[in-house]
Amino acid sequence: MTDFERRSIISGIGQSDVGRRLNRTGLDLTIDAALAAIADAGLTVADIDGIASYPGGGSAGGADFSGPGTPEVQDALRLEVSWHRGAMEGAAQLSAVVDAVCAVGAGLANHVLVYRTVTEATGQGSGGRQGIGLGGGGKPSVGGSMQWSIPFRAYSAANWLALNAQRHFHEFGTTREQLGMIPVNARKNAALNPKAVYRDPMTLDDYLSARMITTPFGLFDCDAPVDGSTALIVSRAEHARALDHAAVSVEAVGTALRGRPSWDQWDDLTTMAARDAGAHVWTRTDLTPADVDVAELYDGFSFLAMVWLEALGFCGRGEGGPFVEGGKRIALDGELPLNTNGGQLSGGRLHGFGFIHEACLQLRHEAGDRQVAGAEVAAVANGGGPIAGAMLLTRAR
Amino acid sequence: MSDLPFRVLPAPDETTAFFWSSGEDGQLRFLRCQDCGTYLHPPLPRCFSCGSRELVPEPVSGRATVHSCTVNHQPWTGESEPWAIAIVELPEQEGLRLTTNVVGCEPDDVAVGMEVEVTFEHHDDVWIPVFRPVGAGS
Repeated sequence: MTDFERRSIISGIGQSDVGRRLNRTGLDLTIDAALAAIADAGLTVADIDGIASYPGGGSAGGADFSGPGTPEVQDALRLEVSWHRGAMEGAAQLSAVVDAVCAVGAGLANHVLVYRTVTEATGQGSGGRQGIGLGGGGKPSVGGSMQWSIPFRAYSAANWLALNAQRHFHEFGTTREQLGMIPVNARKNAALNPKAVYRDPMTLDDYLSARMITTPFGLFDCDAPVDGSTALIVSRAEHARALDHAAVSVEAVGTALRGRPSWDQWDDLTTMAARDAGAHVWTRTDLTPADVDVAELYDGFSFLAMVWLEALGFCGRGEGGPFVEGGKRIALDGELPLNTNGGQLSGGRLHGFGFIHEACLQLRHEAGDRQVAGAEVAAVANGGGPIAGAMLLTRAR
Repeated sequence: MSDLPFRVLPAPDETTAFFWSSGEDGQLRFLRCQDCGTYLHPPLPRCFSCGSRELVPEPVSGRATVHSCTVNHQPWTGESEPWAIAIVELPEQEGLRLTTNVVGCEPDDVAVGMEVEVTFEHHDDVWIPVFRPVGAGS
């Protein structure tokens, strides 16, 4: 048991416009989100003394995936920081938030700006989604860990994770009709989120009849690239008193990774790294899965949200299919409302940070038409394959 | 050559060169610890199990079982024909796996549990190990 996490709160949140092709720079969007979060936290730019982002600038995914690095944002806002980081290795996108919590808990900073920015829709241009390793001129080749997948025409996480999903289908009898309730539920929730990119009604039949991407994933099992930036402020817990809204407390984080950190060498393909991060959360809190009022679980692919439901103990291993079947349980008025803003499947691929933003809105009771009444505890999870991080947030009392 | 599918080829380095050239004589090889017998994949400089540096590429039977599979329909490279991507597990050691392709049958016929055997696609200076159903011939 630890109270380390509880030295921090999420004091403010902010988000830029979110859209399919905003044609604005990542830095411009980031400044929008950052200034909104700072104001929401009742602070000024001068109060910010830490900065963190995932994955940091210059990552292998390219600038439209990475967003601006922390030096660019620090300079744009003329921040004077006592702690800063931007990195990709860690507990998924949430690692930036976890590290900010650690920095505040360790006394290295009082108010940390944490952000995640993507311009993947603009980056994609008018073409379709690109496979990994296919860019550039000449004759492409791949080294490093990608040499074990790309040469086998497995160009995308869609392919790699489809292999996890197929194994789950094989072992547990999971069906597309079950899996499809995750995107259908997301679309239903997105209709209540003005910032979601896909809000038109979608039925299970629509889902089933969409074109296949890589079995068992059809088009609507894959999230939607967007442009947008999400920011939050991690502050010392004492700052809660200064807020004009409810503070969000960090109850526990889950960062464990005990299996082989590999897409295809993970021991149990049906679980992924979510298994370890999910289990870890519950070792750091007295709360239990039954206490969770709302679940914001990464759905870069529909199947990932199913895996997180199992990993976080909302149902048993292999029981994700029956758990979501029919969709009642995960609906806004169900026993475990899931991805209440439409997730990334319909809300847009804000790459992890959309989930923590939505969890904060729900816990602050500011989620508008999609508010889950009386939400006090939220589970947030990011990542898929060998990448996973989880977090339990509560409405501060 | 023209019937070979487009592939982004591996860029072998000093630790993986043996793997990508192994098919030249028709054999699939993995790095194996000479002290404790453990196969290591991907290759490592030391045995994770016993710490030994005595690691040598050794041929395996080339047989495998399909552990999971997906049929890709997305035209990442502009090709319209679907293809089967699989993770296969080799009988030599539990968990000794490869992501690969299953060829020589309809992609939709590839199923978990299918017994397959290695065959190689020769591109430039690398031999890509893919698998076909046992008994499917060449």
